[in-house]
Amino acid sequence: MNRIDKTFAELKAQNKKALIGFLTAGDPDFETSFEILKTACTSGIDILELGIPFSDPTCDGPVIQVASERALKSGMSLTSTFKLAKKLRAEVETPIVIFSYYNPLFKYGLDRLAEKLDECGIDGVLIVDLPPEEAGPLRTAIADKDVHIIRLAAPTTTEKRLNMLVDGAGGFLYLITRTGVTGTGGLDHNVVAKHATAVKAISPLPICLGFGISSGEDTKRLAPFADGLVVGSALVKIIANATDKATLPGKIREKIIELRSGMDE
Amino acid sequence: MNIEDTKIIGKYPDATGHFGKYGGRYVGETLMAALTDLEEAWIHAKTSPEFMQEFRSMLRNYAGRPTPLDYAKRLSDHIGGAQIYLKREDCAHTGAHKINNVVGQGLLAKKMGKKKVIAETGAGQHGVATATIAARFGMECKVFMGAEDVRRQAPNVQRMQLLGAEVIPVTSGTSTLKDAMNEALRYWVAEVEETFYIIGTVSGPHPYPEMVRDLQRVIGDEARQQMFDQVGRLPDQLIACVGGGSNAMGLFYPFLDDPCSMVGVEAAGLGVNTPQHAASISGGSPGALHGAMTYLLQNDEGQIHEAWSISAGLDYPGVGPEHALLHDLNRVHYEGITDQEAVDAFQMLCKYEGIIPALESSHALAFALKEAKKRSKDEILLVNLSGRGDKDLDHILNYLAEKKSEG
Repeated sequence: MNRIDKTFAELKAQNKKALIGFLTAGDPDFETSFEILKTACTSGIDILELGIPFSDPTCDGPVIQVASERALKSGMSLTSTFKLAKKLRAEVETPIVIFSYYNPLFKYGLDRLAEKLDECGIDGVLIVDLPPEEAGPLRTAIADKDVHIIRLAAPTTTEKRLNMLVDGAGGFLYLITRTGVTGTGGLDHNVVAKHATAVKAISPLPICLGFGISSGEDTKRLAPFADGLVVGSALVKIIANATDKATLPGKIREKIIELRSGMDE
Repeated sequence: MNIEDTKIIGKYPDATGHFGKYGGRYVGETLMAALTDLEEAWIHAKTSPEFMQEFRSMLRNYAGRPTPLDYAKRLSDHIGGAQIYLKREDCAHTGAHKINNVVGQGLLAKKMGKKKVIAETGAGQHGVATATIAARFGMECKVFMGAEDVRRQAPNVQRMQLLGAEVIPVTSGTSTLKDAMNEALRYWVAEVEETFYIIGTVSGPHPYPEMVRDLQRVIGDEARQQMFDQVGRLPDQLIACVGGGSNAMGLFYPFLDDPCSMVGVEAAGLGVNTPQHAASISGGSPGALHGAMTYLLQNDEGQIHEAWSISAGLDYPGVGPEHALLHDLNRVHYEGITDQEAVDAFQMLCKYEGIIPALESSHALAFALKEAKKRSKDEILLVNLSGRGDKDLDHILNYLAEKKSEG
């Protein structure tokens, strides 16, 4: 059974919600990133979203843009992201979802990608600029692998389109909370809650909210309306602000405990 | 093969916005609804006699069309080969072909009830054209421009500001055109309900490549008629520069089913075999960027390279998806022209014809000069002179001064 499905089944049995943590692979460098990711997986996140650094991240706000730049500058690439994922998989059972733009994956070759996802124990791929209409070749390439393609829905997604999006989708539905790019702030909890409730009525999949969720207060307010919450920029910011790399895993752990406590209250 | 099978006009894109394996819609989910709305509005507009009448009337009375077809006799005599004809897009309002597209998209924005327009710009020509149409229609206009280009193209920044647009310098990534487009897309995704994004070239997600081509084809439609009226026959070869490729698509499209060869001239910068060029087709490989599958300058790991050209308008690491298809179909040939060759051609046109061409257009001209030499005097080359070169004067004079001090 796919680790993502297993995780949601277990959480449901405990009446708990999933905390999904996004971190850019190789930020600020391979070794530190590995320590941060390992700590994150053992500090309370249920699913790891591993960001592939990309030169032109059009869906990301400044925090994750700069994380991509830091990682690329340190020599990170898709190839080394797979090394990182494999190393991580040897130590943790947390589901891993690759969070990427399409171009690095396409350039790598989709058949080769499918083999590599399998080999590294990666459970899902979420491609921000690949709507289902363009995902045919990827679906074909990973058809015989136990890997989910995670789909996204947005506040602008019509009901008709939503029905198309959830049809045949796997893992969970990533519901974008607001129009705009990734980043902290700008959330109206009531609007998001209403949107999430409407989507939940249609979606056969667990729904997870992402974009703008950054504090224990956010997780507390939104957890009742979703099956999971995604936190990215708030974690990445900690790396951006760090003066001593050695303290990063500890600081990430603190933040995850804050986010988690909001949800589990 | 049936003759109909070889016809290209009207065949692309398909119903899903693809040009063969290129094009499509590689964007975040938030933009999908806006693109569907835009597609519907565009389909309605292009089949609406009222809309097309308004578009043509504005092109005539506001943009100054038709632009002339001009026989460069002294230049042709000097070269001593094929005859060179120039489609004079430099004579259009704002000094380049860019106005054709923004008149169309501006009208469409108005029809869709959008009060705000945004645009990306490199050299500033598309930014100026967008600011122009925004002023004409009383719309709020924001232009995203790489901080590096803001510095290099100061006169165009001043023009845009004079026209009432807000120029937003982009400092992310490499601070050039591709980053300006990244930032425009980021802004659009946040303000998608109220904002119309006027993309400046035949690139971006469907329906932009098709829409911009259809708005720019007036160049080729006019030139084709003018060839018959003035010369009595079709040209042997069409030549246009290709950055994103809108002036080239505009010229080529109406001739695609004619027996004319076509050359898209990419900026070879310091040479296609060096890292400093902007030749996405000759020196790149397929990938997805800014909403479309097309040829890109990228490394083996799919990271986008910075493009390089003396001409800021060709300084882009991608190309319109229809060009990618026309390359694969072998219908258009894509060749490179270096910075130096372009500057030489620039000087030649100034000297022999009294026309100061844009550095972008000078690339097309440079290829034409090489090609004309190889051809006989009864052959005809039609070059798209896509813009005028006033904006490039400082840049060229500095370049020539540097060369002189090196030499």
